[in-house]
Amino acid sequence: MDKIQQNLLEQVAGIHEVPEGAYSLRINGQLHGKNSSENIEIVRKEDKPGIDIYIKEGTKNESVHIPVILSQSGLKELVYNDFHIGEGCDITIVAGCGIHNGGSENSEHSGIHSFFVGKNARCKYIEKHYGEGDGNGKNVMNPTTVVELAEGAYLEMETAQIKGVDSTNRVTNAKLDKNATLIVREKIMTHGDQYAETTFDVELNGENSGTHVISRSVACDRSKQKFISRVKGNAKCSGHTECDAIIMDEAQVSAIPEILAQNPDASLIHEAAIGKIAGEQLIKLMTLGLSEKEAEEEIVNGFLR
Amino acid sequence: MLEFKNVSYSVGEKQILKNINLEISDRFVAVTGPNGSGKSTVAKLISGIITPTEGRIFFNGEDITEMSITDRAKAGISFAFQQPVRFKGITVKDLISLASGKNISVSESCAFLSEVGLCAKDYINREVNASLSGGELKRIEIAMINARGTVMSVFDEPEAGIDLWSFNNLIKVFEKMYERTQGTIMIISHQERILNIADKIIVLADGEVVEYGDKDAVFPKLMDVRTGCRFTKTTLV
Repeated sequence: MDKIQQNLLEQVAGIHEVPEGAYSLRINGQLHGKNSSENIEIVRKEDKPGIDIYIKEGTKNESVHIPVILSQSGLKELVYNDFHIGEGCDITIVAGCGIHNGGSENSEHSGIHSFFVGKNARCKYIEKHYGEGDGNGKNVMNPTTVVELAEGAYLEMETAQIKGVDSTNRVTNAKLDKNATLIVREKIMTHGDQYAETTFDVELNGENSGTHVISRSVACDRSKQKFISRVKGNAKCSGHTECDAIIMDEAQVSAIPEILAQNPDASLIHEAAIGKIAGEQLIKLMTLGLSEKEAEEEIVNGFLR
Repeated sequence: MLEFKNVSYSVGEKQILKNINLEISDRFVAVTGPNGSGKSTVAKLISGIITPTEGRIFFNGEDITEMSITDRAKAGISFAFQQPVRFKGITVKDLISLASGKNISVSESCAFLSEVGLCAKDYINREVNASLSGGELKRIEIAMINARGTVMSVFDEPEAGIDLWSFNNLIKVFEKMYERTQGTIMIISHQERILNIADKIIVLADGEVVEYGDKDAVFPKLMDVRTGCRFTKTTLV
């Protein structure tokens, strides 16, 4: 690994070298290394790029790291990663993609992640997307996440795209069985002429299933964002979707929440708010001695924390 | 220390403050008067949130009339809002650190919270968002001013919303603040017990200073409704 790759790894996974325990590290379109552990087996797919991750039932307090690094300009890849999480597990999965594009061609990573979460299993999924580079080539990331939660399963997704991704189209499709819960916390910040679109489709099929889909975003400069969330209640269930956006400069944000109740006991809520930073927040921080720009940074950093 | 020279402030045709002249250098100065008399406007003029339409403001001899909010804060002016501001994602510790101007330790920030009657452990990592009550926010606002420790601190109705916490504690906070800063603490208030600790009292009515003097001289006039002071009837009855 060179310095650029190490930095990307630090940005997306908070680590400097290959992680401990179960991991799969993909660099410039190739599997750089992988390691299975006693309870977590990582198998390379034969028919297409990607891996299958099998987590034995009852595995507790273990984690899997699957970062992807692209530092070669112009590389385009599509990767399939399938997570098979056994019954009663309690695990953390850390994914992320970092692109350094120093050339003039577009670099593109599209990951299709599928989660099959077994009965009463708990899983925390953390995903960070980061781009950098001094060339004219664009950094493009199009992640798709497919989620199937069995009875009593719980998945918490934390996704963040804060810097350097020129174009993104994120798609998340989830189906929930009885007593299953899906929590999504998404953070997006766009600059320059970047574009980010994110779509959630959540089907609450089982009795007492529930979801919270929460998106916080900041759009600066001339960037554009679109947030679409559709939550369907097909049983006695509870669903909540929230989009909260700060808009600055000449940016544009659109939020399109849709809730569809197909059962009289479905309880669904949507909230969407878009606005600039409140003047009183800036003034308060300025009375503490911060400049207007410093105050703005504090407010944005806090909002996206 | 702080001086208003012929300061007026208008919004459109409406004159909010009319030719105010004040010299403020005492330890505790209370500002009182009926709603709409211009008290909060005085606080905003001091902190630089608004600038006078006429007249000049001096701080330690320097003309600060055109100075920005940030520069006034750096020069040593603090302002506790009447209605504290909420922030999504920013914690109590963040605000106290920002106020103190450095990344202070957890135990230091806890000390500031304990002083205003908040159990530090329960609050230090809380977000300053809608989950906090108005009274909690007021106390955090005071803790921030305490953390700044500047020579001039202005409080806009600090007691409002603080129900269960006795005024004695609030007064103790101000006294300790003075011991540390040796500066001026200006408190906008309607509360008799706060006015009672003041060295000087300024009474505003209809955008004008109608009384300014030692507490012992001004306070009895405010309290004695029988003298028929026109401003006491509306504020302190």
